[in-house]
Amino acid sequence: MSLEALQDLKEHVLAVLSPEAIEADIVRGELCVTVGRASIVKALTRLRDDPNCAFTCLVDLCGVDWPARERRFDVVYNLLSVTSNLRCRVKVHTDEETPVPSVAEVFSAAGWFEREAWDLYGIYFSDNPDLRRLLTDYGFDGHPLRKDFPLTGFVEVRYDEEQKRVVYEPVTLQQDYRTFDFLSPWEGMTRGLPPSAPGDEKAGQAGAAEDQGHA
Amino acid sequence: MPDGPTAAGAAGDLRPGEVEIKNLNLNFGPQHPAAHGVLRLVLEMDGEIVERADPHIGLLHRGTEKLIEQKTYLQAVPYFDRLDYVAPMNQEHAFALATEKLLDLEVPPRGQAIRVLYAEIGRVLNHLLNVPAYAMDVGALTPFLWAFEEREKLMAFYERVCGARLHAAYFRPGGVHRDLPAGLIGDIREWRAAFPKIVDDIETLLTENRIFKQRSVDIGVVDAKDALDWGFSGPMLRASGLAWDLRKAQPYDGYEAYDFDIPVGRNGDCYDRYLVRVEEMRQSLRIIDQALDRLETLDGAVAADDNKVTPPKRGEMKRSMEALIHHFKLYTEGYRVPAGETYSAVEAPKGEFGVYLVADGTNKPYRCKIRAPGFAHLQATEFMSKGHMLADVCAIVGSMDVVFGEVDR
Repeated sequence: MSLEALQDLKEHVLAVLSPEAIEADIVRGELCVTVGRASIVKALTRLRDDPNCAFTCLVDLCGVDWPARERRFDVVYNLLSVTSNLRCRVKVHTDEETPVPSVAEVFSAAGWFEREAWDLYGIYFSDNPDLRRLLTDYGFDGHPLRKDFPLTGFVEVRYDEEQKRVVYEPVTLQQDYRTFDFLSPWEGMTRGLPPSAPGDEKAGQAGAAEDQGHA
Repeated sequence: MPDGPTAAGAAGDLRPGEVEIKNLNLNFGPQHPAAHGVLRLVLEMDGEIVERADPHIGLLHRGTEKLIEQKTYLQAVPYFDRLDYVAPMNQEHAFALATEKLLDLEVPPRGQAIRVLYAEIGRVLNHLLNVPAYAMDVGALTPFLWAFEEREKLMAFYERVCGARLHAAYFRPGGVHRDLPAGLIGDIREWRAAFPKIVDDIETLLTENRIFKQRSVDIGVVDAKDALDWGFSGPMLRASGLAWDLRKAQPYDGYEAYDFDIPVGRNGDCYDRYLVRVEEMRQSLRIIDQALDRLETLDGAVAADDNKVTPPKRGEMKRSMEALIHHFKLYTEGYRVPAGETYSAVEAPKGEFGVYLVADGTNKPYRCKIRAPGFAHLQATEFMSKGHMLADVCAIVGSMDVVFGEVDR
């Protein structure tokens, strides 16, 4: 995909989406547009119906969690146009409370993808005709892909011989879950990274600890 | 039979000669052999006609995406084998491409050719499972046994190159894990020469078989527009008449240099999906031929020459301190990937398998969304099977080619 075609597409998409689009970027040859939450249905409908875009296929829809942000969730729509052989990514921001309008009316494929995002992140989609949990257990509590949800979860199941049924119990680990912080100031990949990579801040601390050891 | 479902009122409302009919709720699976794994399908039946189909998935949910967030990029690779375990390397391919895109890495030509070779072997592996499994859903047992013999041979090729029949962990960011062992190319050629006969044999049993055609022609028809609307890809989309193949449309790893055709269906029914898959096996053989030719002439590395991403050779480690340190650091800390995001997709045998990867500059993926083709296909179960008979649901689900490893993740 040539960069010029992408530039043209970006300008065209911005024109089509005006005034809904907030920003548009081309990074690594991929076009990403951020739109306002309330106008997502309008934006996707226009992208689908505009003859020059013709993004008729919703390939993927997913959530991303950024807990430090004020509106912590990204909802990411990956669109594909088979007529012009282009892809486009549309994003909206939301938080735990604010619902995102469902696009199940625009793309039939969105139904399950939205259910999945609801299940795993707790992003609420208003007007989705069937917003039940999808991947987790019947009666599951919580939204497992959120960053503040522990990897081990809260409950585990086993078959109880006495009660003759499967019972839920709080997780007990035979051995503590071990995470190793391997991020080090090692001079690893530098290409494309900012001058101070994550982990660099430990360089000073390690040196200080060593000095104390010697003293 | 009266028109439509009669959610019967009190029996007293019936006039003489009328009968009260209730819709039947039917649980199909999760232990049913035609459910292709752990699909629980709740069907609402009006007699033998499907009124509503509600697939319950997630019975094989293992939290792959959550686990990947806790692992380094290299440690994330084996999780991809466990998604669609029928064609494991095709999944790794998407993850490797996404990571390489963020790292801005180039895979050397020999590495690319090996990837293409094994991606196509994966495609044949997949279709060798799906085509006869579908045939078994509609009543033919023999093709399944024949195809599994061939699958064994192909998995032996997997084993020889990476040591495992299924969970390969062979395509890694930067290239492939190691070069082909001596003699493998000759053996693949030998298999390739004998294989068309097997495809022909399977076809003689099925393609013109009266029962097979009665069970699959005009069943589960989807037109191209609906197929796109439901997010279909791969053979499901091509059977509906759209010549869309990522290997041609958005080529990766040098696919643009290979000569092959895209089979396209006309009616978008189960029979066309079967025909498309059979023809894809033949086209894959053409690609395998070309990849083998290329591998015989191409020399050089199979992984990117970047010590900060690909580990050093074993022999080098015995002599060079620097190599030893790199080896240790790469297998503990891993490499950092520059912050950014990408959606990279490959044409997996089942359709478009994509990875939406968000990196935050550390050594672990921040978010790795796996876009499985089967997820989108299975979602359309109700749309495709409404108004069909119960037995057709087996045919429709079989023709979708779903594997629950990737649907449930």
